[in-house]
Amino acid sequence: MEISNSQFKHCDLITVVGRIDSATAPQFAEVFNSIMNEGRYKIVLDMEKIDFISSAGLRVLINSQKTCKRYNRGEVVLTNVPPNIFSALDLAGFTRLFKIFPDVLTAVGNF
Amino acid sequence: MEIFNDSPPSVLHAEFPGHFENLSDIAAFVRKAAVEAGLDDFSVYSVETAVDEACSNIIEHAYKGKQNGIITITCTIIPGELTVELHDTGKSFDPTRVPKPKLDVPLEERQDSGLGLYFINQLMDEVIFSFDKKFGNTLTLKKKASPLQPPDKQ
Repeated sequence: MEISNSQFKHCDLITVVGRIDSATAPQFAEVFNSIMNEGRYKIVLDMEKIDFISSAGLRVLINSQKTCKRYNRGEVVLTNVPPNIFSALDLAGFTRLFKIFPDVLTAVGNF
Repeated sequence: MEIFNDSPPSVLHAEFPGHFENLSDIAAFVRKAAVEAGLDDFSVYSVETAVDEACSNIIEHAYKGKQNGIITITCTIIPGELTVELHDTGKSFDPTRVPKPKLDVPLEERQDSGLGLYFINQLMDEVIFSFDKKFGNTLTLKKKASPLQPPDKQ
């Protein structure tokens, strides 16, 4: 898994390439935590190049969403969600808990 | 296509040390078997998910970080159907005691655990756990090719 993040004026963009499983979820969590620890809570996750996400990755998403939404200070939103991953998110009830945008520009523009 | 079911099943067998670092190799192994069985794209993804969740549980709970635990995987392929058997010699558990996650509660009340077993049960056509003090634990997962496609991205 490769992970990178860029800081924009109104939000942060996280881009992941590869698999998010129990081996890589800690590194995935670390990127969210480092952004949130700096007091930034508006985060876009670009999922276009994610091949696979397990419940270990979903755990990171739900915990980050809880932290970001606290005090109404921000939220995590998703973009470019591949169909298989969308189905997994839907099965887990996550499609109600995260806004999903068709492309990065619209997702970033939401903030 | 009944005629194809008369051909003998093809069997793939592999052993992996029970470490999280091996999850991607395990995924590649079962994905290949699922494709060979002729499963559709989402069914292949479903098998990858169920096996990943089951192996993560074995490594985390059955072997509890024990360094020399082995996961043995046997894939039995007939056209349109894949059976995956996962075997370990770690600690057993009672799957009926794992609470089903509550999916319809507000965000603040969402628990961050329990999704793994839920995925396994929801995504596979058959899920059989067997625990034997002498021979160890075996999880049998079966997936049939589905004519239904996953919902499109909204």
